[in-house]
Amino acid sequence: MNTIDLSKTPVRELNQRLHDLTPDTNERLWRITNLKGEHALAVGLTVPIEVEIDGHVGYYCAGMNKEAKVVITGHCGVGVAENIMSGEVRVKGNASQAAAASGHGGLVVIEGDASARCGISMKGVDIVVGGSVGHMSAFMGQSGSLVVCGDAGQSLGDSIYEARLYVQGSVESLGSDCIEKEMTPHHLAKLERLLSRAGIEADPRRFRRYGSARRLYSFHVDQAEQY
Amino acid sequence: MADDSRSFPSGGEAPWGGRESWTFDQPTISYIQRAATTGIYDIRGGGAKRRVPHFDDLLLLGASVSRYPLEGYRERCDTNVALGTRFAKKPIELKIPVTIAGMSFGALSAHAKEALGRGASQAGTSTTTGDGGMTDEERKASKMLVYQLLPSRYGLNPDDLRRADAIEVVIGQGAKPGGGGMLLGQKISDRVAAMRNLPKGIDQRSACRHPDWTGPDDLTIKIQEIREITDWEKPIYVKVGATRTRYDVALAVKAGADVVVVDGMQGGTAATQDVFIEHVGIPTLAAVRLAVEALQELDMHRKVQLIVSGGIRTGADVAKALALGADAVSIGTAAMVALGDNSPHLVDEYRKLGTAPGYYDDWQEGRDPAGISTQDPELEKRLDPVLGGRRIANYLQVLTLECQTLARACGKTHVHNLEPDDLVALTIEAAAMAGVPLAGTGWIPGRS
Repeated sequence: MNTIDLSKTPVRELNQRLHDLTPDTNERLWRITNLKGEHALAVGLTVPIEVEIDGHVGYYCAGMNKEAKVVITGHCGVGVAENIMSGEVRVKGNASQAAAASGHGGLVVIEGDASARCGISMKGVDIVVGGSVGHMSAFMGQSGSLVVCGDAGQSLGDSIYEARLYVQGSVESLGSDCIEKEMTPHHLAKLERLLSRAGIEADPRRFRRYGSARRLYSFHVDQAEQY
Repeated sequence: MADDSRSFPSGGEAPWGGRESWTFDQPTISYIQRAATTGIYDIRGGGAKRRVPHFDDLLLLGASVSRYPLEGYRERCDTNVALGTRFAKKPIELKIPVTIAGMSFGALSAHAKEALGRGASQAGTSTTTGDGGMTDEERKASKMLVYQLLPSRYGLNPDDLRRADAIEVVIGQGAKPGGGGMLLGQKISDRVAAMRNLPKGIDQRSACRHPDWTGPDDLTIKIQEIREITDWEKPIYVKVGATRTRYDVALAVKAGADVVVVDGMQGGTAATQDVFIEHVGIPTLAAVRLAVEALQELDMHRKVQLIVSGGIRTGADVAKALALGADAVSIGTAAMVALGDNSPHLVDEYRKLGTAPGYYDDWQEGRDPAGISTQDPELEKRLDPVLGGRRIANYLQVLTLECQTLARACGKTHVHNLEPDDLVALTIEAAAMAGVPLAGTGWIPGRS
């Protein structure tokens, strides 16, 4: 295991070392310590390594991740795993706003709570939140899944496209064009797999599913008041 | 007949007793009739059509006794410009101070995007992606390609960030500062839908705000993240629509931009409400001087480069924008026209669409007979990317030659040596906006 102590190594050097790794690298295990809430840690990774980030991080940790598995043991700032393409990012604490924003793929697990706009503009990423999510989560969600084991704040799934939302607890309100949908055996099986992948114990049968009513897919003046 | 009566648009005189209202003129009456018929606002492409003070309202002061000129065709007048010298390890080196602005694959056909890349590359300048991501054809055709990071994040891919030559964080555009985008369903082909990860044929809204940051402090951190992802190699531009330009430029500089792009209200769009295009934002002429002054106040003029866009059409526009302090300009609508948009030879096709050459602006509909603002494979075939590239290169060459001609006349060995002292204004409004004297006076309204 390589350990990078950020009290001795600048963030720029850390990221450069991680970027210089080739897909066949033997240096597959990395640990980063003494974070002091630094921003942009382990961003733009491209190879299947495992990075443990030991503590609390600032903005955009593991942003645009590909292939790598990144574990943050503490809490994280805005935009953790933003635009993730593949791989896995796990937050053992809580996440601030816009977690996994515009994520295109991969898995993001937040074991604690996520703040507002979790999964905003999501484009294929799967997100599993052990706790609750704040307002406007999955806003304009295009595809992928957001699983919330706790509660969801106001305007869940506002202006949603084809993303799938599963919430175990209460939903304060649904956003424009977001409706509750039937939990079919197909969706139940998908949810079960997601929870299993995330390593979070919950009974899929206790969840409700939400998605797009598809009324706003083509602009029509008669629906103007819904925008 | 009163002196201020106007002739009919057809050129004929108003009939006895007929006098067109200035308040309720023909376009206004047509607007009300259209609104009452359809119940929905008009959406169109392009930029502001209203008359606003522009570079035409400025004149250059050629050399005479107090300054001496340079010999055309003989004495050098350089045009190169480096963009991104502040932080980027690999700044962009352009041969000419004119770049191609961001226009999306989706709004434009793949052939059009390829042609823009070919033309820009031949001329030694850069082209820019748009909402929807980067196509392989565009990357291949473009020697220097600027990759836009937009609020929608459609097609945003870190691999494309890494294979771009520069990255432009788009906060807004001149046609619609504060507005998002809309690509109507008829332009969503299989390929466009796949790149944007949305179902085919549905309207695609592009968000007006970035999903993971708000405000200048967040932008600073966002730029830091992009720099980290790209190993501090790429110049990072910040593009704003011209509104509160002095503040926006200062904040972009503070946030760490290498280059600031300011797009005035004449700058085009693929599809926006006419009311938005015509009533939000400020003219390019007003924005240039505000942007330059913001940079000067921070002692960052020429250190953070300024690109100005919105209604750049001629070499004179280029020269005047540079004289006011821009490092480069960018063209969008003019590039489409150079490719063949609104060409007179398509008059019959335009007539079928209920319009005419010079008036076609329904770029959002995807029925462009020139094969530019369309995803229809048959229409797209009409645009040969090689020939289109040649036309773009020709046009860029003319802009450059014209700009050099004017710069030499002012005695400049580099187009960047043009300065506000080389300019006067024809109108009080233009003088006030550009901060140059009214011609024949030493008066700069609001300043002297």
